[in-house]
Amino acid sequence: MMHWIILPVILPAVLAPFIVLAARYHIGIQRVLSVAGVLALVAITAGLAMQASDGTVTLYQLGDWAAPFGIVLVADRLSTMMALLTAILGLCVLLYSIGSKWDARGRHFHALFQFQMMGLMGAFLTGDLFNLFVFFEVLLIASYGLMIHSGGHVRLRAGVQYVLYNLLGSTLFLFALGALYAETGTLNMADLAGRVALIDAGGSVGIRVAAVLLLLVFAIKAAVVPLHFWLPSSYAEAPGPVAALFAIMTKVGAYAIIRVYTLIFPPDLEVTAGLHSLWLAPAALISIAVGMIGVLAARRLDRLVAFAVIGSMGMVMIAIALFTQAGIAAALYYIPHSTLAAAVLFLTADLVRSGRAHLDLRAAPPIAGASLTAGMFFVAAIAMIGLPPLSGFVGKLLILNAAINSPLVVWIWAVVLCTSLISIVGFSRAGSTVFWKALALPAEDTQAPPPSALAFTAVGGLLALLIALTVLAGPVHRYTTAIAAQLFAPAPYIGMVLDTPGKLSPPQEGN
Amino acid sequence: MELLVASAIGILTAAGLYLVQRLRTFPVIIGVSLLTYAVNVFLFASGRLTIGAPPILSDAQTYTDPLPQALVLTAIVISFGMTAVVVMIALGAYLGADDDHVNDPAESGDTDPEAAK
Repeated sequence: MMHWIILPVILPAVLAPFIVLAARYHIGIQRVLSVAGVLALVAITAGLAMQASDGTVTLYQLGDWAAPFGIVLVADRLSTMMALLTAILGLCVLLYSIGSKWDARGRHFHALFQFQMMGLMGAFLTGDLFNLFVFFEVLLIASYGLMIHSGGHVRLRAGVQYVLYNLLGSTLFLFALGALYAETGTLNMADLAGRVALIDAGGSVGIRVAAVLLLLVFAIKAAVVPLHFWLPSSYAEAPGPVAALFAIMTKVGAYAIIRVYTLIFPPDLEVTAGLHSLWLAPAALISIAVGMIGVLAARRLDRLVAFAVIGSMGMVMIAIALFTQAGIAAALYYIPHSTLAAAVLFLTADLVRSGRAHLDLRAAPPIAGASLTAGMFFVAAIAMIGLPPLSGFVGKLLILNAAINSPLVVWIWAVVLCTSLISIVGFSRAGSTVFWKALALPAEDTQAPPPSALAFTAVGGLLALLIALTVLAGPVHRYTTAIAAQLFAPAPYIGMVLDTPGKLSPPQEGN
Repeated sequence: MELLVASAIGILTAAGLYLVQRLRTFPVIIGVSLLTYAVNVFLFASGRLTIGAPPILSDAQTYTDPLPQALVLTAIVISFGMTAVVVMIALGAYLGADDDHVNDPAESGDTDPEAAK
């Protein structure tokens, strides 16, 4: 059973080159292999999540080298939940890209998709910071290919911005890792947790620099204002299904912040005290404001969704910045919601695009299948804004409730509630312009054919998941509370990683 | 030696940041390359600077830390691959639009570019 943890990384890594080499010219075979691979990933990650759900931490030592000398993969509640979310989102997005024929508009979509899944799974499961960097690069390099899939010079220009911004982010990540290694002499997360705690507050300049640099890196990934500039253009110009898949990529940043700042630099650590309340919380509040005002100001549907993603990442970040168990539990409830809602909105924007000449927010003749698309947009917008009855409302309620003991409570409540109102106006204006004003215009003679049933099914599947997240809010929140409890009591995690015997154990002195 | 390495990292980083802010693809790519060189030297120095010491077990008295060398090797390979990718994408964008600015042209976010054609 132990080897199951490595499978979410190995399976796409084997499948992707196989797709390139064996099925290069057969889109049908590529589709079958890709869907089969992602289905297997859903099954494996569901199994891992089941295994971790009772609180067991499972460890996998690559090459049987004991930590901190070897690289380890660790499956606890948090990482298995994120892996499961990734696999489910990947399945729906893959079905949509097949249904909408996006995958046939350029080469190697399925191979790049598998590499993307590999990077995401690895980033969630790894227990080593340098390995996290490597998996970030794997998912980024696959995302560069996906982002410019099917070409066009506007998309390529957005791709250049995206790649350059992320290259700078990667460089910053390496600087942070170098600073961390120079101070502690290890990059294994569990080992770091022990060693950082030993540093006395007097000589802590280096470790504080490293902590802030790491926070910056993860904030770039999570698109926290003012480090969000890469997101609007690249998400709006990326192909629809790719943008929907990228909805999980900002959550990788959120995951990394939760992991590193509960395990290595816990909130009660003296040397990095105040980092979150001083820097992360105001930045998160500004993110919510910028995102939601951007929703109101956007003149294109895809840009509107991109700004909604920034706003909802701000919501996740403000919940994380509280750094209490209730805050993290609320954030972990909001993360799946925000991922699914953003993905549905991107896919709906793509459904609209398939029938219209442009995505500008002005009236255009009605599109084929408009009523179904409009209904999906309506439901997804309700979820994203956080109106009852959908999961966005439950998530915002949990976050507001968690913030009630925070010193920033007035600010948090004011910003969250005001920006919700702004986003209601923004989404209603966009929806009524795109879907209602169309009815006043005469239909075109040469109407594009409606999107395929498979495309609608994929979006419907994501919507069903959102509704399930709402109906099962109680059990899900209990589970995220259990995850938060595990995160705030890291002793079993650290013990599992460092005390499991392997080659070169027990750890020798001198490293 | 410490002064030499530290000033090398500093100068490379400063030059890299300056070039990145030029916002034309060629200087930006050169700037990013300089930054990755700087970070490679920085990683190397994070294992402490020792002269003439072996990184693997032998009968020597002092050793140099082998881990940063492995990290640097990984970082070099990754940054090399990334630079190659960004050169290709930038070239495609430049040849497609006949424009090598990294920023969006003014007002580009307002309308759908494919509809304007």
